[in-house]
Amino acid sequence: MALDRRQFMKQAAVSSALAAAGAVFPGISFGDWNKLTNNSGIVSWQKSPCRFCGTGCGILVGVSGGRAVAVKGDPNCSVNKGLCCMKGYHSVQSLYAKDRLTKAKVRKNGQMVEVPIQEALDLVASKLKQTIESHGKDSVAIYGSGQWTIPDGYVASKLFKGCLGTNNVEANARLCMASAVTGFMTTFGIDEPMGCYEDMDHANVFITWGNNMAEMHPVLFSRMIANRKRRSNVRIIDFATRFTRTSQAADMSILFKPQTDLAVANAICYEIIRNDWVNWNFVNEHVSFHKGKTNIGYGTEDHFAFQDKGENISFAEYKQFLEDYTPEKVEKISGVPAKDIKYLAALYGDPSQKVTSFWCMGMNQHTRGTWINNLVYNIHLLVGKISTPGNSPFSLTGQPSACGTVREVGTLTHKLPHGVVMNEHDREMAARIWDVPVTNIDPKPTYHTVEMFRALDRGDIRFIWIQVTNPMVTMPNLRRYRNGAQKDDRFVVVSDVYPTPTTDVADVILPAAMWIEQEGLFGNSERRTQHFAQIVDPPGDAMSDTWQIIEVARRLGFDKQFPWSEENYIEKIWEEYRLFHAGPKHEMAPYKVLRERSGVQWPFVNGKETRWRFNPKHDPACTNGKDFDFYGKKDNRAWIWARPYEPAAESPDDEYNFWLNTGRVIEHWHTGSMTRRIPVLHNAVPSAYVELNPEDAAELGVVNGEMVRIISRRGQIIIPAQINGRGVPPRGMVFVPFFDESYLVNEVTLDAFCPISKQPDYKKCAVRLEKV
Amino acid sequence: MPIFSYLAIPREGARETLCAQLSGLDHCQVIPADNQDVVVLVTDTPDEACEKRLQKRLKGLGSLQSLSLAFGYDEKKEQGGQ
Ligand code: SF4
Repeated sequence: MALDRRQFMKQAAVSSALAAAGAVFPGISFGDWNKLTNNSGIVSWQKSPCRFCGTGCGILVGVSGGRAVAVKGDPNCSVNKGLCCMKGYHSVQSLYAKDRLTKAKVRKNGQMVEVPIQEALDLVASKLKQTIESHGKDSVAIYGSGQWTIPDGYVASKLFKGCLGTNNVEANARLCMASAVTGFMTTFGIDEPMGCYEDMDHANVFITWGNNMAEMHPVLFSRMIANRKRRSNVRIIDFATRFTRTSQAADMSILFKPQTDLAVANAICYEIIRNDWVNWNFVNEHVSFHKGKTNIGYGTEDHFAFQDKGENISFAEYKQFLEDYTPEKVEKISGVPAKDIKYLAALYGDPSQKVTSFWCMGMNQHTRGTWINNLVYNIHLLVGKISTPGNSPFSLTGQPSACGTVREVGTLTHKLPHGVVMNEHDREMAARIWDVPVTNIDPKPTYHTVEMFRALDRGDIRFIWIQVTNPMVTMPNLRRYRNGAQKDDRFVVVSDVYPTPTTDVADVILPAAMWIEQEGLFGNSERRTQHFAQIVDPPGDAMSDTWQIIEVARRLGFDKQFPWSEENYIEKIWEEYRLFHAGPKHEMAPYKVLRERSGVQWPFVNGKETRWRFNPKHDPACTNGKDFDFYGKKDNRAWIWARPYEPAAESPDDEYNFWLNTGRVIEHWHTGSMTRRIPVLHNAVPSAYVELNPEDAAELGVVNGEMVRIISRRGQIIIPAQINGRGVPPRGMVFVPFFDESYLVNEVTLDAFCPISKQPDYKKCAVRLEKV
Repeated sequence: MPIFSYLAIPREGARETLCAQLSGLDHCQVIPADNQDVVVLVTDTPDEACEKRLQKRLKGLGSLQSLSLAFGYDEKKEQGGQ
């Protein structure tokens, strides 16, 4: 039954009202909506994860006449229990904008011309081969995404690392989650959160560390607010560098100066020890103490290299280290009153309170991102508030499959689907499963993302294939990397669904199937793998990113490694990939189970999901016979790290006297290439802006909507001012969302990164302002 | 020939009455929330006269405390996004 335009608009009217209701009444559910099925023209509802953030809400997509026409929350998905945010409700409209890429294009004599997709794939394969022949295997690269499906990332890694023998595989999750990974690895020896979203139904205290959840993880935020409404003893403390919608809804908002979260976290630990709130049974049994290198640099120069070196220290030495972080001393650095630091410490220290800490980009996009992740774990470990319902240090992800595809499949230069390229056993396992000689897999990592784009600029990389992401909007210090990509003798292939500033620099554009136009799997923030079937057909010649890679691999002669048919390739790839994670620490659910359920958490052992890792009541991998087993580290302990406060790579000075902070808004996903094509979302926030503190705006003589020039040492943009909007920065800071390609704020940002995780800091650089 | 959707809030204790009254009106579709006193109302009228009549009847509903517009579409004034 086809749905006419009027019915389609009616569905949009329903979606908008549901989205509005969700925003005004957190936790609201409309289970009766399925009664509409009978009279709306919708012939089927099929499950999928939403693709517009890392929360991983389950949705049901209503299909009519071969077109996805409506969305409702999936009541069977424990993540959102039937609720969505406005992006989720309107998500399917992103499939149908007028300028969808449906044909392959190739640059001929400087012009992009349409060609059959098979011809474009021939060209990609021959250029790849030629480049390797002329410049060596490490002159070619693939750059993917936390929006890659798991099979996309898996075949990319198999082709580049296993077959072509280069570790030039990176993904944009390096820009969003790398510090979370190195935080987990250095503290626990194993990646991804020990807890799950159910922690929210048990915790009494929520502390959001630089995390505007109200806009970035709206459904989770609603669940937190609903818990506060339902239970009288729930408090939310927002600890941030600017006042946001999260601060507004919180019971208390505490602002700190950029980068000084490091000092405050240490001061909280100082207070916990000074008041003897330490959980000694837990610490004596399950924790060991360590320190690493200091003054570790910022990576702003090409070929920057850093290797941390951990040393054991005693508790006494750790205590001594914290002497520099009394609340009174830290008040001077951070601007946070000592009494507020003591209050935070008391919340963590009170044995009657269950505390969940949430964070995301504020702590990860940080030149000491690994350190601040370590320091928040330190707090939870000192008081033993971890791995039990409601006690959870919880690192949230930004993208729908940053965990599933990038962290679990390992689409980063040093990683393999199990373990790292540097480890001989891990290489042997990969070679066996991939059916390639072990000598194919290079034991040396090559370039992390920033260095990969520097290598493209220098000419060390000549060929790059970019899928499902938009680096010509998102790379910090953007101008250098755009100029690099446009140099002669660079060959850029871009697989995407709409024209973007990245397709503008492409030599070949491959039209991609989007989200539910293909079968796939994502993995969300709480170790939940989510399968979706192909629900509608892709337009024109559009093809899944996975299948594009398979087509190229076969053209290069790797038929044996990529033998699958179009009918069942996703199932076959999943079952092959699962072999890497066999065993109770990371067992993944079988394909059949994933098809049926609205997401399954790993480790999935003997038909059971694991909700709290390291806790033997929930986690079958615990074998030490104790009340916790931190089995990721050889000493079976979680590691507390002495990590100092060190300043940002660039701080305001006399010439550049403002901090620049960047981020997102609830209406738009990532660089806006999809959500800006959804009329309701586009109309809600049609363009980017710069948030100014009202007093700074008055001093500058700027009123709402007037244009401001933001200038850094790297570039400048002119952008309208927003004063007393949804976010209010403190004096001396401005904030710009990055979703709008008309205002490329990354021309201004700095490509400094955490030396351990190599994740850039998009939250801090120095700028000056001029009224235009 | 406009299509509108609204969030309708009933007067205290009048949720069921409001749902029944709204469902009884022509050109109205009603989706009540399961766990809150909120009702989504979608109206789809064939012409201006009908729309005006409906607006009048909505204003006269005793069970209705407030109505807030969430979405509006009018074929005459149709506009697209980016
Ligand atoms: S919270 Fe995230 S996953 Fe859930 S509906 Fe919104 S954008 Fe989608």
